[in-house]
Amino acid sequence: MDAIPVLVDPASVSLSHAEIRRYSRHLILPEVGVEGQKKLKAASILLIGTGGLGSPLAMYLAAAGIGRLGLVDYDVVDESNLQRQVIHGTSDVGRSKLDSAAATIADLNPHVVIEKYAVPLSSDNALDILAKYDVIIDGTDNFPTRYLVNDACVLLGKPNVYGSVFRFEGQLSVFYARQGPCYRCLFPAPPPPGLVPSCADGGVLGVLPGTIGTLQATEAIKLIAGIGQPMIGRLLLYDASEMSFETIKLRKNPNCPVCGEHPTITHLIDYEQFCGVPAHDHSTYEEGRTPVRAITVDEVKARLDAGDDLLILDVREPQEWEISLIEGARRIPKGDVLRHLDELPRERDIVVHCRTGIRSADVIRALQEQGYTRLYNMAGGINAWARKIDPSLPVY
Amino acid sequence: MASIKLPTPLRPYAGNSAEIEVQGATVGEALASLVGQHPDLRAHLFDGEDLRSFVNVFVGEEDIRFLQDLDTPIQAGSRLRIIPAIAGGRPI
Repeated sequence: MDAIPVLVDPASVSLSHAEIRRYSRHLILPEVGVEGQKKLKAASILLIGTGGLGSPLAMYLAAAGIGRLGLVDYDVVDESNLQRQVIHGTSDVGRSKLDSAAATIADLNPHVVIEKYAVPLSSDNALDILAKYDVIIDGTDNFPTRYLVNDACVLLGKPNVYGSVFRFEGQLSVFYARQGPCYRCLFPAPPPPGLVPSCADGGVLGVLPGTIGTLQATEAIKLIAGIGQPMIGRLLLYDASEMSFETIKLRKNPNCPVCGEHPTITHLIDYEQFCGVPAHDHSTYEEGRTPVRAITVDEVKARLDAGDDLLILDVREPQEWEISLIEGARRIPKGDVLRHLDELPRERDIVVHCRTGIRSADVIRALQEQGYTRLYNMAGGINAWARKIDPSLPVY
Repeated sequence: MASIKLPTPLRPYAGNSAEIEVQGATVGEALASLVGQHPDLRAHLFDGEDLRSFVNVFVGEEDIRFLQDLDTPIQAGSRLRIIPAIAGGRPI
């Protein structure tokens, strides 16, 4: 393993008495010391996302004394974020995540310079934003942005501290093409949208991004201070349900399209098209898939009230039925629908719904392939029903 | 007898099992044994006879792409695992 490259020059900074008091537990740690602490102060880190991973990242990196932290997030704090995004509090609901995070950081450590980017990261702005930082940390929640961050880091020669979580599983690595493999060496192509089984049921254990985010912060500090062995060329697999940590080896792919010997990707591309999914809620990207016929919750209610012979098909997972239900709905989870065609009459109108309308559209496409024609996708899913038709139901 | 550890997203297609015992002398045979036991996994792992490009199979710590791909020999007790691409917990 090569030595960690020197990313920052501590010669230009000094520590005040207040900073020496604040960082004393680092300063008496031989591996950090004054020199290491000055490196942290001289360093700049870009955090992409201030959500589940970004919360512990921003808080620990600020507390550790990173000189300059860039934050990229365009979102506002939602109640459903608070289960894991601990940088935001209940009083921050509705506030911009950047402002909320910046306030927490300023209170944790006023010595940190915060730079805010209230935009979705895109192929148009990524190189300009990333170029200003020594280390990039990927805390996003979607494939297009992950490939974008990877490619931009490779093109700029920056280390990318990667973390990802799903349900009870987490992954951690440092993708640094100058020294080892990049994200594309491991994942040359994204899973096609129709074959990501995970989209049937997302969700994440609230503390899981806390675990992975703090590990990312650890790797970033190691890279900057030049401590120990970085995760370059290794992938950590964490399974919270088994409480297992396993490490596998990653190798640089000589044929990697972006960091290989003969790269074919030499500038940023359209990552939503590459992945076939939108990167974020504000995206104007439309999946290149057949649109399905929609019906509003108001129309469904009116037809039910008029006594129409509608079949309501709920394709959510069983744990979601505990949260909310439309009375009389036939319940078959998305993954099981094709095994229960005998329960789905072809001669009746079927209104398919899920939480928000995305899984149900997938089910409709699958049923159309089976010859069904009388299918309607309930727009906005059961959450829209809860908001407009039956306020006794919770929105989740 | 070797074993294959499945990532969470694939477990629903294997009766919610995390680890499956498989037969075979190569990675290809082990995967055939896996999809033989759990046919619903086939479409998620294979495109015809080939592994899908986003499916990463490791034997122990090593990526089979840097060994002998599906011809990589395995022994009794070998631990295989499928590494998923995961992006985050965004609900839909």
